[in-house]
Amino acid sequence: MLLDYLVLGSAAGQNQYGTILATLVVFVVLMLLLKKFAWGPLMGIMQQREELVANEIESAEKSRKEAHELLEEQRSLLKEARTEAQAIVENAKQQAILQKEEIVSSAKAEAVRLQESAKRDIESEKEKAIAAVREEVVSLSVLAATKVLNKEVSTEDNRTLIEETIAKAGEAR
Amino acid sequence: MEHKNPYFEIAGLGFNTADVMMLLITAVIVFIIAVVSTRKLQLKPTGMQNFMEWVMDFVKGIISNNMDWKTGGQFHILGITLIMFIFVANMLGLPFSISVDGYLWWKSPTADPVVTLTLAVMILVLTNYYGVKAQGMKGYLKTFVSPMSFLLPIKIIEELANTLTLGLRLYGNIFAGEVLLGLLAGLATAWSGAGFLAAFIPMMAWQAFSVFIGAIQSFIFVMLTMVYMSHKVSKDH
Repeated sequence: MLLDYLVLGSAAGQNQYGTILATLVVFVVLMLLLKKFAWGPLMGIMQQREELVANEIESAEKSRKEAHELLEEQRSLLKEARTEAQAIVENAKQQAILQKEEIVSSAKAEAVRLQESAKRDIESEKEKAIAAVREEVVSLSVLAATKVLNKEVSTEDNRTLIEETIAKAGEAR
Repeated sequence: MEHKNPYFEIAGLGFNTADVMMLLITAVIVFIIAVVSTRKLQLKPTGMQNFMEWVMDFVKGIISNNMDWKTGGQFHILGITLIMFIFVANMLGLPFSISVDGYLWWKSPTADPVVTLTLAVMILVLTNYYGVKAQGMKGYLKTFVSPMSFLLPIKIIEELANTLTLGLRLYGNIFAGEVLLGLLAGLATAWSGAGFLAAFIPMMAWQAFSVFIGAIQSFIFVMLTMVYMSHKVSKDH
């Protein structure tokens, strides 16, 4: 054979067709067996993993986007709430100012009213006092006249007279 | 150091018995490794499955370097089987060799040019077959006369040279490694055991180097297979 001189210790007259055939058969059978029992399943599982990873990445991307959206929503809600709160505080302040003014003005009015009623009371007390004084003066006058005339002046008879006199005296003054 | 090969003949077909035996042993070892490592497949790989997946990705990388994965994917199984088969075959001759009555029984099957050239010719046939399949007969024939028609003889020689170098490179590396290991083993038994001391360190170094060479050669074989394949199946070459 052509390559016989290359074979370690090959003897002349030995052909190697069987070895060639055996090599081919062994290799091809090995390849087919491995394809069925080893490489096929292994490739399958690697494919499966690739898909799994792709899916996971996709879902992670999706949830990230979702989280982002939620965050934006929360942020806008927070902003809204903050402005609302501010409005409420502002409102309350204004209301408080209004109330304050109201209270102050009503207090002032009350004070004025009290003052007036006090004045009125004073007036009436004064009048009462004057009336009492007058009464007293009348009876004193009657007493004095009795002493002067030495005669009982009946209070009943002369009261009108005396009162007229006192009134005249008041007018004259 | 002269070894004879065990030989038998069936119906005119001559068999190198040692080669056939070693080929079968290689195939069985590869099969056991592959099946054991893929017996309990998990999405989260552990142990041997990791190793096997690494081999697959490694071969995938070799193919992707040379051609589009869409066309190259069909050669994935061929590539993995080749690299495992040749690597295991290269390793088998390293730890020891057995010869009985001057007949060499245990050696690397790839230390025989008949085996390596058979594999190389198989690759040649496959590349041309897939070349025809991918480009059609007309496109396939056109690759022999492009870019210039006078390149035809060179292209034909290229085919033969590729095949010859592919087979003989592997054979030469492994055969040389085994010859040197044999010589060192001879040294170790010389001088009534004293040679063992002299042979121990070079033996270790050469075995380590042979492991390296065996791995590299299996890688180169698959790499070149895919290079030749891509020349045939891709349209822009």
